[in-house]
Amino acid sequence: MEYTFQWRPVMRQLPDLLEAGFMTLQVSILAMILGTVIGLALALVRMNAPWQVRWLATTWIEVARNTPALFQLFFFGFGLGAFGINLSPFVIVLSGLTFNTAGYLAENFRGGFQAIPDTQLKAARSLGMSASQSYIRIIIPQVFRIIYHPMTNQMVWVVLMSSLGMLVGFRELTGETQFFASRTFRIFEYFMVTAIIYYFIVKIILGLSKLIAWRLFRY
Amino acid sequence: MEQSTAVVFFTGFQLRDIWYLAEAAGRTLLISIISITVGSILGCVFGWMLYSSKWLGAMTLGLVLDAFRSVPLIIQLILFFNFFPIIGVPLDPFTAGTFVLTIYTAALVANVVRGGIEAVGIPMRRSSRSLGMSYWQDMRYVVWPIGLRAVFPAWVGVALGVMKDSSLVSVLGYVELLRASQILITRTQEPFIVLAVAGAFYFALSYPLSKFSARLEGKWQS
Repeated sequence: MEYTFQWRPVMRQLPDLLEAGFMTLQVSILAMILGTVIGLALALVRMNAPWQVRWLATTWIEVARNTPALFQLFFFGFGLGAFGINLSPFVIVLSGLTFNTAGYLAENFRGGFQAIPDTQLKAARSLGMSASQSYIRIIIPQVFRIIYHPMTNQMVWVVLMSSLGMLVGFRELTGETQFFASRTFRIFEYFMVTAIIYYFIVKIILGLSKLIAWRLFRY
Repeated sequence: MEQSTAVVFFTGFQLRDIWYLAEAAGRTLLISIISITVGSILGCVFGWMLYSSKWLGAMTLGLVLDAFRSVPLIIQLILFFNFFPIIGVPLDPFTAGTFVLTIYTAALVANVVRGGIEAVGIPMRRSSRSLGMSYWQDMRYVVWPIGLRAVFPAWVGVALGVMKDSSLVSVLGYVELLRASQILITRTQEPFIVLAVAGAFYFALSYPLSKFSARLEGKWQS
């Protein structure tokens, strides 16, 4: 083995990498929030709307679930570029991740809604709640409880998927690493450190999720 | 003058370009089938090891497999692609890509398999042993059929995920479906059509299987 590992240049850039890690977190959290809202809407639309709108929601969900995330990013990047819509790398990654997350979460939400017996809604309505009240106060909180674990997994997936930003020129953790790595040719060392950073980000998310679950679902 | 050179370099999207993409889709399928097959076999072994040696398994194998699930695939690919030359065995993009995808699949499948074994209740296992079955008979005739049913949809999900994630092997330079579409976009300057066709190929590979698995799941549950 003639290769000598040189970790010093990586360590010198470590603050930049950590800062890029915050960028990764930022775009992931935003995508997760938007994805949750849209996913919930898609699930509700798919269950209750007239068929034209339902078809739209179904298409969204199936395309999001059956094509690669990278393809979706390219679509928002280059595909929309064909119509003269040029998005910034941040918006490309955000919209791609949101599109993907919304599709996956919509399926989770649907499963959650199906798991809640009809009687819950009927009971809420018979107590005088309006339809929207009974959804917001009775049904949806229970759904969130059911899909809490899948949502945590989805959050982890979003963080991992955001690494694709590198390929559309977004300087999140992976993009930043690629930038430094190609400047110094210490590719292995840089990506090793980044891998460790990702590992810790994922562990922190899982730990936080457990903590929140313990606070929320004590009863 | 500028116009004419432009015409030479960029030619529009043609019918035979679909054939080019279809060939690339074949390569996507090839790399996926190899990694999913080998990765699933490895994953079954790993999953069984995780289940049967709880403490030791979790401390060693579990940690390694967990790392493969907690680091973006793209970084794993770049790391291994650059690691093999360091230890003196440079691999071509296809081999390196298949290698990483296989381990990645194994890491995901191991978790699924462990869940499958756990899904078969302890009383069931004990009763099969007390009927005189050996450990492996119990595994083969009791755990396998019941566990498989419990986790088959999850396994299909993993397999389809790997098929879609194989698009990342393009960063190593292996010309699979998505990379081919990038090449075509450079030539035709028609990103929308090319991407739509490439997306349609992915959809055609993934959608039928996911529907089939969902139907099977519904049938098994009823």
